[in-house]
Amino acid sequence: MSELLLEADAVAKHFGGVKALRDVSLTIRRGEVYGLIGPNGAGKTTFFNCLTGLYVPDGGGFVFDGAPLKADAPHQAAERGIARTFQNIRLFGNMSALDNVMVGRHVRTRAGVFGAILRDRGTRAEEDAIRRRAEELLHYVGVADRAGDLAKNLSYGDQRRLEIARALATEPKLLCLDEPAAGMNGTETEALRVLIEGIRADGVTILLIEHDVKLVMGLCDRVAVLDYGALLIEDVPAVVQHDPRVIEAYIGVPA
Amino acid sequence: MRLWLQSLTPRALFGLALVAVALLALPFVAAMGGQAWVRIANFAILYIFLALGLNIVVGFAGLLDLGYIAFYAVGAYLWALLASPHFGLHWPFWAILPLGAMVACCFGVILGAPTLKLRGDYLAIVTLGFGEIVRIFINNLNAPLNITNGPQGINLIDPVAIGEFKFSTTSTLFGITFTGPQKYYYLLVLLALAVIVINFRLQHSRIGRAWQAIREDEIAAKAVGINTRNIKLLAFAMGASFGGVAGGIFAAMQGFVSPESFSLIESVMILAMVVLGGMGHIPGVILGAVLLSVLPEALRYAVVPVQKMLFGEVLADPESLRMLVFGLALVLVMRFKPAGLLPSPERRRELAEKV
Repeated sequence: MSELLLEADAVAKHFGGVKALRDVSLTIRRGEVYGLIGPNGAGKTTFFNCLTGLYVPDGGGFVFDGAPLKADAPHQAAERGIARTFQNIRLFGNMSALDNVMVGRHVRTRAGVFGAILRDRGTRAEEDAIRRRAEELLHYVGVADRAGDLAKNLSYGDQRRLEIARALATEPKLLCLDEPAAGMNGTETEALRVLIEGIRADGVTILLIEHDVKLVMGLCDRVAVLDYGALLIEDVPAVVQHDPRVIEAYIGVPA
Repeated sequence: MRLWLQSLTPRALFGLALVAVALLALPFVAAMGGQAWVRIANFAILYIFLALGLNIVVGFAGLLDLGYIAFYAVGAYLWALLASPHFGLHWPFWAILPLGAMVACCFGVILGAPTLKLRGDYLAIVTLGFGEIVRIFINNLNAPLNITNGPQGINLIDPVAIGEFKFSTTSTLFGITFTGPQKYYYLLVLLALAVIVINFRLQHSRIGRAWQAIREDEIAAKAVGINTRNIKLLAFAMGASFGGVAGGIFAAMQGFVSPESFSLIESVMILAMVVLGGMGHIPGVILGAVLLSVLPEALRYAVVPVQKMLFGEVLADPESLRMLVFGLALVLVMRFKPAGLLPSPERRRELAEKV
């Protein structure tokens, strides 16, 4: 088994004349927390969307876990072991928190129409297992007490956590978090940090887009910086933090 | 099943027994007003079939389908062609009904496949076109090769029969005389119970959750690994096969089919049953189907006497007044109960918050 979990090779994406990604190449190692930062509009979320199959890259591609990823196949990306959360939370609002996580088990379970209609022993056992696992995950992220509530009625922080639980339900090898701490206060961010540490300890590799510099620098093993769709640098946080190009991208050139 | 019965409270058990007795007695009570009322009851059950089938597509998966009647037509014509003197074929019902479900299912996939990327209004227009295409095909498939007998329709269709026991004629069983419609009623109730159980089980399954997820947020559904293409096609296929079975029974019960029975207004009526009853909520959909199929008939009988009582003479044409009252009832329900008469608890909360 290779040490690398994900290799992005010259991934390019443009929308009309806007080059959202310019040949971005980076590698993510197994078990690390990898940060992807950059100013607004740098192409971070576009990179996520290409990786998870929601966008088809115009050039380049990904090798994940030893085999190329098919473009334009989000459900296959999930099957291969890539799960994600969204910058603007996308839960199934009118389903209960528990049901949201149970949907996450879809890709790892098999019951079809006949199983559903006949409710044979195998289907019932699978359904019980789905429910148990979903309850465990709700407990794990700390929203077990809201299991029966509609997802949209949860507080903002709980919705973020619920989305992580739903992503974890797909048993990912790589968990992609798109600005998980956006809009959170200090206490919530700290709790999130603990949660992400825990997920890493369970052996899941994490790709993290985040604006909270303290969180990124504290959590990540390595960080990549995107600016205008191009990769500026990919290194350990201490180096990235003091790189003049990064400072320039964020603050601008001294007059 | 036994476990399920044991889990009920005595009160619920009593209620269940009461419903069972009412269902058993209904055709005899209805027959007091004439056999026509038994037929109305039968059609109400047939509409429950159709509404529950459409509910899978519209209520569970959130795909607006305005051409649902096409599947009903497919099932009805399949029965008509395989069990009538038209081609001289007389297949038994246990062969035609599953075949009808399967053929309708294929039609569901044929409709579903090109519309996968469409949602909302756009999907509605394409499905509407599909429903019309099927009807017009049936209307014109009498030349050069006479397959459907065109606008004249197909007559003398075989009834449902088990051996020599025909459901169309009056017969005496256990000392009780059953008319044709009454026998069909019991057959329909049995089938309807099966359809309700299947619907309920589908809703609370891995597949049902996937449908709901697609309805809520298709992108997120894809991102958690749901193959939205297959799951949507499955919704179309399942919904269509219910329509196909209902169509077969319809053809057998009537003994006659013609393209006229499968017009756009029928699709709209079934959709209205789903929406008015409470989209995605099985008891609501059943209520919607019963109300919307019985109400116009009840009005047919009520309009003339009420006019005579109020004005002493018949002022308005009963047929148009009936539709006027019916339409008004729909408007009022949607105005004051936008989630439907019997919405699911979630949907009720959802709308309550918006207001």
